[in-house]
Amino acid sequence: MALFSTLRKRAADSASYHGLHEPDLALHVEDLTVAYEGKPVLWDIDLNVPPGVMAAIIGPNGAGKSTLLKAVLGLARPTAGHVCIHGRSPRAQRRRIGYVPQRSSVDWDFPTTVLDVVMMGRYGHLGWLRWPGARERERARRALETVQMEHLAGRQISQLSGGQQQRVFLARALIQEADVYFLDEPMAGVDATTERVIVGLLKELRDAGKTVIVVHHDLQTVRDYFDWLAILNVRVVAQGRVADVYTGEHLKRAYGGRIALLEREAFEGPRGPDAPQENDA
Amino acid sequence: MTGLVELLSDYTVQNVAMGAVLLGIASGVLGCFAVLRQQSLLGDTLAHAALPGVCIGFLIAGTRDMGWIMAGALGTSILAALFVLALTRRTRIKTDAGLGSALGLTFAAGVVLLTYIQGQSNASQGGLDTFLFGQAAATLRSDLWLMGGVTIAAVALVLGCWKQFKLVTFDPEFARAVGLPVALLETVLTAMIALAVVIGLQMVGVVLMTSMVIAPAVAARQWVKRLEHMVLLAVGVGIVSGLVGALISASVQNLATGPLVVLAATAIVAVSILLAPGRGVLWEQIRHWRDRRTIGQRQMLTTLYKLAAHHRDPDYPAETGMLDSFHGTRTQRALRQLQRRGLVEPVAHMPGEGRHWVLTEAGRREAERVLKTMTPEMA
Repeated sequence: MALFSTLRKRAADSASYHGLHEPDLALHVEDLTVAYEGKPVLWDIDLNVPPGVMAAIIGPNGAGKSTLLKAVLGLARPTAGHVCIHGRSPRAQRRRIGYVPQRSSVDWDFPTTVLDVVMMGRYGHLGWLRWPGARERERARRALETVQMEHLAGRQISQLSGGQQQRVFLARALIQEADVYFLDEPMAGVDATTERVIVGLLKELRDAGKTVIVVHHDLQTVRDYFDWLAILNVRVVAQGRVADVYTGEHLKRAYGGRIALLEREAFEGPRGPDAPQENDA
Repeated sequence: MTGLVELLSDYTVQNVAMGAVLLGIASGVLGCFAVLRQQSLLGDTLAHAALPGVCIGFLIAGTRDMGWIMAGALGTSILAALFVLALTRRTRIKTDAGLGSALGLTFAAGVVLLTYIQGQSNASQGGLDTFLFGQAAATLRSDLWLMGGVTIAAVALVLGCWKQFKLVTFDPEFARAVGLPVALLETVLTAMIALAVVIGLQMVGVVLMTSMVIAPAVAARQWVKRLEHMVLLAVGVGIVSGLVGALISASVQNLATGPLVVLAATAIVAVSILLAPGRGVLWEQIRHWRDRRTIGQRQMLTTLYKLAAHHRDPDYPAETGMLDSFHGTRTQRALRQLQRRGLVEPVAHMPGEGRHWVLTEAGRREAERVLKTMTPEMA
């Protein structure tokens, strides 16, 4: 059985290249281009994220942030280029990847409970015919404790607030027990408590040696939350340590004309009432 | 009661009852996924698309052979599903238009084939048109074996792939990210709607079969908070409506079974939509009324309190008409309700003017309590 799965992994890997490719990087993206209906959404992306960092991907609306995440996870088909997670194709590394999609991507009126949704994080690890059992339930309970929602385990998901929905998704990703976590705008439209819980947790993951990659929309908090940054606008504008990359020059190149407003807010004042909000991408 | 026992000891009625139970199980289980994946209308198209398959099955077998008829129905149903998928993916046609075209095309083809067969004066064609609205009384033991086999296969598939089907229905993107073959699972779920249609051919017929797929699931959704329970309850609803329809049709001459089954299921849906706790219309309306009343009363209390504070007179009398125009709505009822709770009282004021109101001591305390819980924007 073990031999069989090893062979299968090898086959998957050698489809694009042989053996390990850039094994020292948590995420390695090379020459990635994604186009919808002939229009490039991502153009010739080269992106490297070392292991053990908490990285943000920022960029204006339509910069392709979510598409990049989807292409990395194999949810969007690239026109060109390839992706490696810890030196192998994402398909071969599926069990080392944790994913938190945007909250709005599912119907929250689905008849299920909080605990049930969290357990879905183990479905990829269970055998094809195995039903989730006591062990999965126990893990899910612990994950809910971590996001401070254990008291809502039996609650129907339609009764959750936006912040609680987000924490449920985070708990679901936690029990994937991955090495690299991808989160799509986890802080969009959540309450302050939830944001604090999420950021605290992500930093804990990073301190435990995991890699956390977040599509982020709030420029104000980039320097507080993250240590690695990629600025995106169809192409990669800049990437590297936050201290080196988070500059007015780079932001201006990514955000263009809106920089006057951005600069003032990002470099001087506190968050104003008309701070830039991005909801899609 | 003796009537029912007598009815159930009848061989034909036994067949019908067993058919109803099988149909209830299949449509309950498969319908839940169809409804949750918002594919109810696809069910209608697939059901109508079964008719040409019924005719083709008959033509191949040369007799009214259930095995061939079911196989033919399944075949054309699945072809119609693929046709709709291709149409909506490859062209700019939207899903509803695609479903509509496929329904019309396949059903028309079915009716043409049906009339062709009937024109052949083949004695064995024995009422192929009963598959339009179903004819439970014509159910044979051998038909039941077939229906049972298909039902068991469908239920086994759902139980075996339970977590995969659940995850694909709830969050297909995450399902793909953890490595499930999402396209395959979605195709299987769609094909299973065709399976339910095939099982219901004999009992309900192609025209109304979609109700049998949708109704039990919709009714069940109102009462439960877990998919597991929804499926079980939908099975129950399916069985009960199947039995009720079949038994009424067996005891009253010449009433069509299929429509009776559908009417029974729809009655259960109606009750569920009205009465189910939490999600029922009645409950929501009551909650809405209660909220409105509470908020109206609170607003009135704070208005009176602020007026009194503004005039530095704890017993400042406010006139009803003034309060109406201040709130932009009739306030008489809210004031009466507050009076009954002892929070406001009417006072005599200038003759020839409307009634005037003041806060009682209890009213003042309640107003202060309400104001304290308000956020700055509300105040």
